[in-house]
Amino acid sequence: MKKPTPLVDELEKGPWPSFVKEIKKSADGPMASDLLSVLERSYDDKIGHWKHGGLVGVKGYGAGVIGRYNDLAGEFPDAAEFHTIRINPPAGWFYTSDVLRQLCDIWERHGSGLTNFHGATGDAVFLGAKTVELEPLFDELLAAGFDLGGSGSALRTPSCCCGKARCEWACFDTMAVTRELTHVYQDEMHRPAFPYKFKIKASGCPNDCVGAIARSDLSIIGTWRDDIQIDKTGLAKYVAEGKPNIQRDVVERCPTRCMRFAKGQLDIDNDECVRCMHCINALPNALAPGKDRGAMLLVGGKAPILGGALLSSLLVPFIKLEPPYEDIKELLVAIWDLWSEHGKNRERVGEFIQRIGLANFLEQIGLDPQPEMVAHPRTNPYIALHEDKP
Amino acid sequence: MSDVTVEAVADAMYAMVKECHGKRQLKAIDLTKAMAERFGDACDKPLGKEAIRLLIEDERCTYSYIGGSYIVLTPEK
Repeated sequence: MKKPTPLVDELEKGPWPSFVKEIKKSADGPMASDLLSVLERSYDDKIGHWKHGGLVGVKGYGAGVIGRYNDLAGEFPDAAEFHTIRINPPAGWFYTSDVLRQLCDIWERHGSGLTNFHGATGDAVFLGAKTVELEPLFDELLAAGFDLGGSGSALRTPSCCCGKARCEWACFDTMAVTRELTHVYQDEMHRPAFPYKFKIKASGCPNDCVGAIARSDLSIIGTWRDDIQIDKTGLAKYVAEGKPNIQRDVVERCPTRCMRFAKGQLDIDNDECVRCMHCINALPNALAPGKDRGAMLLVGGKAPILGGALLSSLLVPFIKLEPPYEDIKELLVAIWDLWSEHGKNRERVGEFIQRIGLANFLEQIGLDPQPEMVAHPRTNPYIALHEDKP
Repeated sequence: MSDVTVEAVADAMYAMVKECHGKRQLKAIDLTKAMAERFGDACDKPLGKEAIRLLIEDERCTYSYIGGSYIVLTPEK
């Protein structure tokens, strides 16, 4: 380290993982050392010294590089430019160790060596590049078979859970959908043309391991139409072991109370089931999602950067989701056309729907209203119905 | 309906970006809408998209990020 960092060093104490410890492992390079020194200064001054944005990027793209500059460039020249690079990961985040080594070698030739696998966006993130290194870095990434991810007012890198690769609950092939949408919408990802960011996340079942419902503008979440599968042998083992307590821990925790347990038998009223996954998670060797599997599509989720957080709202209760996924592509283009035409600057799709109303939104994108779209019944009974005049 | 070339649309977009430089930030959709008004049905969204791509690739314009993504003049080197 070039300079002492006593306040930052406090974050190395304790048994938990420490980002300071990890950055110091790379502090033989001047960029990481200056990075920690800028943070030390921020703790002293009680203000952040970073700004982001500007004109930085690679030729032809308006996304994938987030410019980061600090306002103490004279004092910390090796962290004066510390740009973030988002790299589109393989769907499901599967890498061979050879590829990971290759990526790290490329990054050590062109940047600080600091990485984030993976960032909140789902991208592989390289932290700390100087402007002059961006084009050579991009060239090497392309040669290695990687491209940049999304940033700015664009489609962000679509993200998904590991799906059918490792999870028996997956109701559709999350990785195949994600890969297809990523390849088809390269322009939407790299050439920002939207009012604001647009995120697509795919979870194979309602456990929603990628947190799609809370964070993405279009959530694709696996579900099923038929009955929950019951393996009687598996259930008998749970009954014999007494763990978990099926009445207390499963039946009484069902949000719609659609289950009955008596004399070692579990009966499920599947019409009342809301696919919360609690019983399946609690009894994984006895219960499984049904066989008629697909996905539901939800729209409008976002984290609270501007305005408040929004949970996604149901748009399509069930879709079979099979290649070439034309239904979902048509829906995406309809949403993007409408939102691009009428959305305000920095207005997410969820906020746009709130502003124009769900009924107008559905009419414009050509979807019929369905009962499943109603979040809760109307509470005001004094609404007059006006019949259309001829 | 007269034919409009992608080069003609790109030139008109470039003139607009130049005129607005320092006064107003333009998004891709602002340029596309303005061209649709100017050239009518001859300039649809795909043509607008292609013209923006041409502007960026021949480095007359570039993307900037200031709380959102905008299209601006490429700074002189």
